[in-house]
Amino acid sequence: MKKYISFFRLRLVMGLQYRSAAVAGMVTQFFWGFMEIMMFQAFYEADPAAFPMTGRGLAAYIWLQQAFLAFFETWSIDWEIFSDILSGNIAYELCRPIHIYDMWFSRNVGNRLARGALRCLPILLVAVLLPEPYGLRAPASIPNLFLFIMTLILGLLVLVALIMVLYVMTCYTLSSDGLRALFSSVVDFFAGAVIPLPFFPAGMRRIMEVLPFAALQNVPLRVYSGDLTGPELLRAIALQFFWLVVLIGIGKFLCLKAERRAVIQGG
Amino acid sequence: MITMEKVCKSYRIAKRNAGFMEACKALFHREYEVVDALKSVSFTISDGEMVGYIGPNGAGKSSTIKILSGILSPDSGTVLVDGRTPWKNRIEHVRQIGVVFGQRSQLWWDVPVIDSFELIKDIYSIPNQMYRENLEELTETLNLGELLRTPVRQLSLGQRMRCELAASLLHSPRILFLDEPTIGLDAVSKLAVREFVKNHNEIHGTTVILTTHDMQDIEALTKRIILIGKGQILMDGTLEDIRRGGESIDETLAELYRSYDI
Repeated sequence: MKKYISFFRLRLVMGLQYRSAAVAGMVTQFFWGFMEIMMFQAFYEADPAAFPMTGRGLAAYIWLQQAFLAFFETWSIDWEIFSDILSGNIAYELCRPIHIYDMWFSRNVGNRLARGALRCLPILLVAVLLPEPYGLRAPASIPNLFLFIMTLILGLLVLVALIMVLYVMTCYTLSSDGLRALFSSVVDFFAGAVIPLPFFPAGMRRIMEVLPFAALQNVPLRVYSGDLTGPELLRAIALQFFWLVVLIGIGKFLCLKAERRAVIQGG
Repeated sequence: MITMEKVCKSYRIAKRNAGFMEACKALFHREYEVVDALKSVSFTISDGEMVGYIGPNGAGKSSTIKILSGILSPDSGTVLVDGRTPWKNRIEHVRQIGVVFGQRSQLWWDVPVIDSFELIKDIYSIPNQMYRENLEELTETLNLGELLRTPVRQLSLGQRMRCELAASLLHSPRILFLDEPTIGLDAVSKLAVREFVKNHNEIHGTTVILTTHDMQDIEALTKRIILIGKGQILMDGTLEDIRRGGESIDETLAELYRSYDI
């Protein structure tokens, strides 16, 4: 276990080095969040009754999404993994007493945590200071805050488990470009990264909510303001656990098969 | 103790002719050619031996090293390294071996060398005491000193290779695989690497298997040579067995390659 924590720690330390990238990212995310909120507020003012979320709930959704973007962004990928596979450097990783899957998994969680930790506080701070109806307000209750943190971490783990399947597939296809483009657009759409899931038509939403993609940011961002409660919330958390186990299972299985038939590229 | 018995390994390689039409055809129908990298390879290496494993490019050297280090599984044949089958219990096996691929790096590019060493310590669960002793010894014998605190990307190739050697020995492996460890090094660094490997083998009794194209490596380090060509063991003997008269060692080897038509 300790070795995987070491990978996690090394990544965390490396990620904390990139200060200017963090500042640039924060500024972009702040403007993006502001634009989105203004757009949704325009809809809200036109007809509040037809709006599937509360104004505050939506503001919380958008600001938390921007603050923790690094946890859930699908386009940021651990390039080292791809280059290790394609260049054959993975030979060295295979010469070590470690499970490849577990190592990549902990590295990725470390990467995302480091980037998220650097960026979330300033964005949250600004969002809290914004006036109604644009700002971020306190969570619905103290339990909501804890549920938010719990489901946020679960969501992060599910996303990494999902991305791991993508990494392992590269061992078979050798080119990640196609898979990656498909992955990024599909996941973002179905996860509620573009438009929150409550805005989708009811029939479609019912299907979307059981897919693994709904177990990512959809849960924590809606728990915070109390938009997701009661049995619906319990089901969402159960699905998060379910998908985490299933996706890790699939990833590990594919990884083991890939290791067996490994061909090291480049002699 | 390493034994390989009748080990075979083949790769499937996709082939097509040049041209756009050929590329289109390959979309629907791929032609594969099976290349036999190893054809019934057998040899035995005892503990503490230092063996030079030589042969022209594409002869099967790297495939053998990869099978012995548990990365690849052969199509048939048996391999036993200290009683273990490398690819079947990979994790158990790799604890006992150290590997240096001269053309790749095992050190983390962005961080000082010592950070990589610390990570390796955790990966192998090396006890503190053993880690300290090994690090001290390797720092001294490889003259690492200040290098340890330098980011890997700023090391010269010779400096990096010394650090690679240290990295592969921190966990006191019983067997060390060196795949072209002196490739691209200048004369001073080559001598330093040879000197170190020789001493390490004598002091610690580590079994060393060395592949190289540099015959001076072989001359300086090993008594026994295994020659492989076209996937088969062609000769297993000493340098004296192949040396003739006053020729240089490179000429001798070229002559040998020609005589086996490899």
